[in-house]
Amino acid sequence: MSMRTPLSQVRGLGSAREGTAHFWHQRLTAVANVPLTIFFVVLLISLQGADHATAVAVLGSPVVTVFMLLAILSVVYHMKLGMQIILEDYVQGEMAKVIWLMANIFFCTIVALASVFALLKISFGV
Amino acid sequence: MVQLTLPRNSKVKTGKVWDKPAGATNVREYKIYRWSPDDDENPSTDTYFVDTDDCGPMVLDGLIYIKNKIDPTLTFRRSCREGICGSCAMNIDGTNTLACTKGMDEVSGTIKIYPLPHMPVVKDLVPDLNLFYAQHRFIEPWLKTVSPTPETEWLQSHADRAKLDGLYECILCACCSTSCPSYWWNGDRYLGPAVLLQAYRWLIDSRDEATGERLDALEDPFRLYRCHTIMNCSQACPKGLNPAKAIAEIKKMMVERRV
Repeated sequence: MSMRTPLSQVRGLGSAREGTAHFWHQRLTAVANVPLTIFFVVLLISLQGADHATAVAVLGSPVVTVFMLLAILSVVYHMKLGMQIILEDYVQGEMAKVIWLMANIFFCTIVALASVFALLKISFGV
Repeated sequence: MVQLTLPRNSKVKTGKVWDKPAGATNVREYKIYRWSPDDDENPSTDTYFVDTDDCGPMVLDGLIYIKNKIDPTLTFRRSCREGICGSCAMNIDGTNTLACTKGMDEVSGTIKIYPLPHMPVVKDLVPDLNLFYAQHRFIEPWLKTVSPTPETEWLQSHADRAKLDGLYECILCACCSTSCPSYWWNGDRYLGPAVLLQAYRWLIDSRDEATGERLDALEDPFRLYRCHTIMNCSQACPKGLNPAKAIAEIKKMMVERRV
């Protein structure tokens, strides 16, 4: 039973003076994801049944590479923002929350970097 | 905080079934949540039978009938009995609403009544709303000005006054906030729909001179941005208001002042 007044509990540590950037970036990437996801799905369908050499050639063409890079960055950033909200909502305990938030950032960074690296490797043909 | 199961001492058991009123021809069955801090018993749901020929048509009339004629220990808040004080907010038939404006005929079958969800229970249908009131106090729900106070009233155009419609009618019954999962999980930091609607009522008031400070106080991942437009608030509001829209307007103001 806390002896702090209810108002003191509500005021807590004060306003973080942020959250709007997160909100705005989530909407921004959501809008970007609409055409980029459609592009990705169309690409997948068009590559259906294609052999390895064709797939590499298509993925390596400059326009496809650029749009695929955009799709990866936008989708993964959106994923990071969304997962962060879910963790903040549901994870109890400050320590556990910080650990999960870190894990989320590490995971998304690895996914994005690995995907970008793979794509660039194909595109530059190294 | 998230709790998917109730602690053992909070599990709701089946309680007492009270006798039907003698000689009654038209009865409605009420199942009501009971819990008293005075003993170590778990909460339970008692069953009552209300003689609808001997009381008014609203759910609250039935509760008053039970308290007066069957079980005087049944505890609940009520005052105006016409939907303006907000005291009799409770969970009826699965939705938070006011017992005084909810007709018995709007519920089919047994009328199930619980206290407002996810709030500490003081007794029976009475929740502890101290934190909720403190949150309302926190947003400073009064006109804040710096300019010299005019000789007469602060003037406001008809158009600006119209912006307060759909906001000033809020009676702070807490039906919306206690229907919001985000408020259930993070009610200690998230202000909740009722308080944010009140906050917007002062943000949009043309006479107020503290809009920026008010936005500063709200700009927080928890205080404001726990709202995920679940819309339970707008669904529950017994006054037909739209807290979700008010919160969306606050978010728009937040973006507007930085882009």
